[in-house]
Parts: sequence; structure tokens; C-alpha cells
Amino acid sequence: MELREHPLYSPEMIESIKKVEATRPRRAEEARRGYRFEKMSLEEADKLLHQFHPDYIMEQKRELRVGPSKGELLNHEVADIFEAHSRLAKKLDEFSEFIKEPEITTDVLVIGGGGAGNAAALMASEHGADVVIATKLRLGDANTMMAQGGIQAAVTPVDSPAIHYLDVMGGGHFKNDPDLVEALVKDAPFVIQWLERLGVMFDKDPDGTMWVQHGGGTSRMRMHSCRDYSGAGIMRVLRDEVRNRPDKIREIEFSPAVELILNERGECIGAVLFNIETEEYHVVYAKAVVLATGGFGRLHIQGFPTTNHYGATGDGLVLGYRAGVPIRYLGAVQYHPTGAIFPEQIVGLLITEKVRGSGADVLNVDGEKFVFPLEPRDVEAAAIIRECAPVEKGGRGKGVRTPTGNYGVWLDAPLIDLLYGEGTIERKLPAMVRMYRRFGIDMTKEPILVYPTLHYQNGGLRIKPDGSTNVPGLYAGGEVTGGVHGTNRLMGNSLLDVVVYGRRSGTSAALYAKEQFRDFGKPTLQHIYEYEKELAEIGVPEDKISPVILPNYVPEHVRKKQLTSYYQGNLY
Amino acid sequence: MAEQSRKSGSINPEKPKDMVPIYIMGKRYFVPKTLTIMKAIEYAGYQLKRGAGCRAGFCGACGTVYRTPDSYKIKVGLACQTVVEPEMYIAQLPFYPAVKKTYNIEEMEPTAEAVLGIYPEVARCVACNTCTKVCPQELEVMDYIQETLHGNLDKVADLSFDCVMCGLCVSRCPAEIQHPFVAILVRRLYNHHLVPRSQQLAKRVKEVEEGKYDAEIKWLKSLPLEKLKKLYSTRPREGDPGVELKDNKIDWNDEVKFDYSGTNR
Repeated sequence: MELREHPLYSPEMIESIKKVEATRPRRAEEARRGYRFEKMSLEEADKLLHQFHPDYIMEQKRELRVGPSKGELLNHEVADIFEAHSRLAKKLDEFSEFIKEPEITTDVLVIGGGGAGNAAALMASEHGADVVIATKLRLGDANTMMAQGGIQAAVTPVDSPAIHYLDVMGGGHFKNDPDLVEALVKDAPFVIQWLERLGVMFDKDPDGTMWVQHGGGTSRMRMHSCRDYSGAGIMRVLRDEVRNRPDKIREIEFSPAVELILNERGECIGAVLFNIETEEYHVVYAKAVVLATGGFGRLHIQGFPTTNHYGATGDGLVLGYRAGVPIRYLGAVQYHPTGAIFPEQIVGLLITEKVRGSGADVLNVDGEKFVFPLEPRDVEAAAIIRECAPVEKGGRGKGVRTPTGNYGVWLDAPLIDLLYGEGTIERKLPAMVRMYRRFGIDMTKEPILVYPTLHYQNGGLRIKPDGSTNVPGLYAGGEVTGGVHGTNRLMGNSLLDVVVYGRRSGTSAALYAKEQFRDFGKPTLQHIYEYEKELAEIGVPEDKISPVILPNYVPEHVRKKQLTSYYQGNLY
Repeated sequence: MAEQSRKSGSINPEKPKDMVPIYIMGKRYFVPKTLTIMKAIEYAGYQLKRGAGCRAGFCGACGTVYRTPDSYKIKVGLACQTVVEPEMYIAQLPFYPAVKKTYNIEEMEPTAEAVLGIYPEVARCVACNTCTKVCPQELEVMDYIQETLHGNLDKVADLSFDCVMCGLCVSRCPAEIQHPFVAILVRRLYNHHLVPRSQQLAKRVKEVEEGKYDAEIKWLKSLPLEKLKKLYSTRPREGDPGVELKDNKIDWNDEVKFDYSGTNR
């Protein structure tokens, strides 16, 4: 179809697409000659971030007033979930009795059914533990399933775990916990091999050599992929293997944990689950507990749309924090540089970094390059925000306006086929091609419009390299934790993180259950009583409740007629 | 009078501007015409527990079947990836009974017989192609079932790879095959047994186990921040013009350089 007849585009978008097409041959020639847009120096990047990255907008943040990390500067939406009542608060005395009789007793309880949770469950069972894995939605409903681009591991002859270490530290602005990074990069080749043996279908040469390519902020090509279903490729296999062991791993779906149970010695000995379908509470005792609940994208920080799955409401952060685990770098939020901004139906959805890694240019309304396409994510996102921001606000005013009044920049996907041959996009990015086709756009022929979208929780609960927290018996792995990525995670290090630290926390939990666990002692919710006391001091309204569990997208005009029903979350 | 009887299901029969009527399990609601089915259901006032997962087309939680008045044909889509149509009759199918069998990948043979031993119903395929027609991912589902019977596991792995396991094919199959479970079993068998392992990867794993990179990482961890930053900002990027890498040593900055003299590298 001719562009000018296309029902979706506005005339100004069509004008801009023509400019993109006009500059494409020249840009292709430049790419063939190895020319690229100059990368920013650390100083330039720092200045850009302070001016345009959402993390640096101080009005959007406040100091946390309760708990072990009081004083931490967080976005309001995140501070809200910590400064909220327990779901058990109104009946805390009753729940204190209720938790004395467990319905289920196990060695290891894994909370969360994504990549980290499933990896933890597998490793705990490998170490002889009986495992219960409880999850909010279905097993595998997690951000892991949605990860597209790939998983990092230094395996080529010109790469090493030490160089990987350097890339991770630089990407995270050198704020990373060095011990956590060391474990991440050293485990990386091994976990890829573990996944390979489990039957994950990595992109490979016929002789078995893995395909690798660049991601933002990498100095060597170490991104391993499964087409652009990398996360799904891994998640489906981990889930399948968990379900191969029903005698060792029991799964409980649609039952998020809403509070941890400690004993009089301050050890974690289980959790209270909430069946969201029948609204029953269930008490699980476990010798060790692993928090693997993922991130907080569905809190829609600063009003951003998100790439995250429906249940990503930061529940584990709240549970761990109330039990006494400090947080770090939770004020650092990752906005993925390229979320879809057009058409309207897919606003916020992820356009994998692999599109840029495969050769697509990032272009403004004039069809011109304005940033190196593979800067670390925060820098790339800030550069796109600057390009679109109006001149009077210090921006460049070079964004492309959509019919609904949003702004974005072009990702020139057709350049990939021009450079590497027709069919390359279809082959490397089938999920992306399929998604755009569903909404009437052929990304092998037309550029696609993007803008940053809320993607990842850089920080989280403080852990040690073995996945342990400061609470005995409580372990954590994956996006719920903080430290390994500093204040900015690189592409491909989150899939790596969930597998490495899922495995580590599961193994450690099983060993603790076997070797260090004494007895359940006297189960208590004392930590909740104490937390509630702090909340009373700052005066938190009764209807502020967390964990949030699910966001509520029922529109206002319906809610105001739902006079006798109420939703128990703080996103009301 | 068909039109009128349809309207009788709605509390609010007026058609607001830019809104279209849809029928959620038979009950009429007006929703903005630009919404996806999932957002339309939420707009109508439902808070989803089942039938919503990743909301981006990867998890298969929101398989949906619908019909429109112009045709008797069953249409399908993922609710998060399909825009509403006027007068559509929709039902989500967030779950369809299917029972995953347990198996040990390592002990199984990568053959059709082995797969049929686990899921014998595959042999009942009548090649009706209904599974392919109903696939919201537009996969050649019947083809991969047939290739399974022929033992061409590589083709099955390739054809089924983009499966999101929504189960719509299972719901329509007259032979009661559980296609997504067959597909994941075959992909795992194929990749475990038939695809060559990466030798490069095996070598690197061994090197790490032997502690080959420990000294370098220890050194990096000991560097003052300024030196670490200098090393980072001067590091050569593979593939950049003029960059020719011959090994994986950290030796590009004369001021901040690892001393390899005491190592076996």
C-alpha cells in the first residue's frame, strides 16, 4: 500500500517517513563504510542524564519515611507501596493465631513463578529439597517470558568475564556491588551451558557455535538469543522442567504471598498466601524462603506506560522490606529507550534493543541520526527524550507527532534488510514483525515510531552473592533484588541475573534448610506490628494497602458506580 | 428485528461517538473503537484475574474466540493484540484442559516413537488443519504435528518455535492432541540431543572453573574508581572501525593495564 493512502499515518508522519526514506541510501552507505554516530563521553552522558532522564526530576521523588532504609529517595509511586498498610493489618491479632496452624509444610518456599523462581525451584530440588512454588498468576507469567533481545555471557575468544565485568560496572555508573557482579559474569558461561543442556533453542551455527551480537553498552559481542523470543525460549523450558518434577516441586498458582512469617529468633519460616480467586488465605511453613517476585513496572512510575507483565507490582519488595531487608538503588528506574508510541494500541510495548543491535538507525523527524544507537539504556532514553522535548524546555523539538498527540523518534528497521539482505528482519525479529503486522504496519518496509517506556527496576532488596539477605532463612534473586546492576542495567543482563541468582538463591535456600535450619520456633507477625507502629507515626490512610497484587484498569466512570465494591490496593 | 433484539441486552442503548458495541460473553457494552479486546473488557468494568498475563503477545494467557455478524466463521486472537470490531461476540479462553506428561529429556531418544510414547494421541491427527486455522500466532501447527509423526524433529522445532502455548489449537482439535506440549517436548529433545553443543562455550566454562579470569577480576575490583573509569571509557568496541582484537586481554590502556607476566596467559 502506498504510504499516502495508509489509514494510520497523519500527513505530517508521512512527510517525515519520506525524509527517512530519502536519507536511507546515504545512511546505508555510511554503515557499510563503518561510520557511526559518535558515542558520548562519560561527561556528556552525565550532563544529558541530569537534564533529561526521569530519575533526575526531584519533584517526582520523596524520602522514604519508614523501615530499614528510611531516607532513601524514591519515586512517589514506589514510596507509596512501602508507606502502606499490610493486607493483614486490620485483623493482625486474628492472623497471629491463624498462622500457628500451617496448611503446607515444606523445605523451600519459592515466591514468584518467573525465570528466577523457576530456576530457584529447580536448583533447590536438585539439592534434595521439597519445594513449593507459589505465584500470583500462572507459572511463567513474568517479565522473563517477555524478554526479547537476549542473554549476555562472555564466551568468544576476544571476550572474557573480566571485560564483561567492566561493561556491567560502567553501564551501572560504577555503583554496582562488585561481588554481585563478579558472580554474575563468572556464572554466565556456565548458566548458558546449563540452559543449552536443558534444551533451550539458542540461535546457533550448524557446528553449535552460538550467535552473538552487541547490546547497548557492550564492548564485545556477547548477546545470546533465541530469535526475538529469548526470554520465552528460556522460560518455557524452565517451566517445563519444573513441571517434570511434581513429586519434588509443588506449584500453587493464583496465590501471591502477602506477608512473610518470622519466628521469635527473627528467622523467616514461611509466608501467608492469598488465593485471588477464592480469597482464602493459606499458611505455608518452609525451612527457607526465596523471594523471586520480579519488578514494579505496573506501578506506572511518573505516569509512564510499561513493558512489564500484568502482575509486576513490586510485591516482594514490600514483603522483604517489612521483614527487615534494606533496599538499594530503588530510586533508579530503567526506561527502555524504545517502547512503541504508535499505533495507539501498542503504546508502551517493548521494541527490543535487538532491532538496534541488528543495525537499525535512530532518527528524528528530519530522518537524521542524533545519537549512537547502542548507548547504555539510560543515556539512549535521555537522548530520545531530549530530541522530542520542545525547544523552550531545553529540548530539540525534533520528535515526530502522532495523531493522538504523542511524540516519538523513528527506528529505521528497513535499513537492516538493506544492509544484510532481504528476509533478515523476518528471521531475526519474528515477534516484532508479527506484532506490527497485526496493527497494519510492515516494519520490513516502514520505520517504526518509538519513545522510552518504563521497563525495569534497577534496584531492590539487598542480597549477598549467595542470594541470602540479612534475615536468616530468607533469600532473594532476580529483579526484586538490587545491587548487581548499579543504577542502570544493560540489555541481556536481566535474563542472566534471573538465571544466575535464581539458581544461587535456590541452592543456598536448600543448603540452609538442610544444614542450618533448627526448628520453626514460635511463628509470629511481630515485624508487621512494628511496621504498623511506624506507619501510625507518619499517619498513613487506612485504604493505602500493599502489596498491590494487581493494577486496576477499570475506568473512573465505572468505578464511581461500583458503590459497594472496593479494590484493595493503593493504586485506587 | 435482529438489530433491536441485540440492543435489548444493553443498559445504555445510545451509541456514543467513536464507540462500538461489543458482546462480552453475550452481554453488550460500548467501548472506544481503538481499544484492544483486553483493554475493552477492562473498560467495560472487569478486573481481570484470568485471561491477562504479559499483555504484549508473549505469554498466551489471553486466547480469545469471537464471531462477527457478517459470517458464521470462528475468529481468534490474543486479546492483548487484537483491536475490537463492531458487534463482535467474544469469549476469552484463558484455560483449556490439557495435561502435561512428565519425562526425563536426557533418558529419552530423539525419535518420533519416543514422542508418541509420551503423547500417543499425536498419531490420531486427521490432517484437518483446524489447529493451523485457529493459531493466533499464524503457525503451521498441523505441519509440525505431521513432521512429528515423520520424526523430523528439526522441522518441528523450527515451525513451533514462536508458540505462546495459548491452547486454542487444543480446544479445536478433533483428535484431542495437545499441540503445545508436543512442541515443547520435541524442541527440548531436539536441542538436547541433536543440535551440536557449543565447543567455544564448553571451553570458556572450563577456563572459568579453573580460575583463569580470577586474577583479572580481582585486580579490576581493587582499582580506584578513577582508574576503573579510565579503563572503561578507553575500551575498544568490537566491530568499530579500526578496532582489531586479537585476544581477550585487558591491555588497551597503557596507564591502566593488567600485568600478565605472572599468569599463564
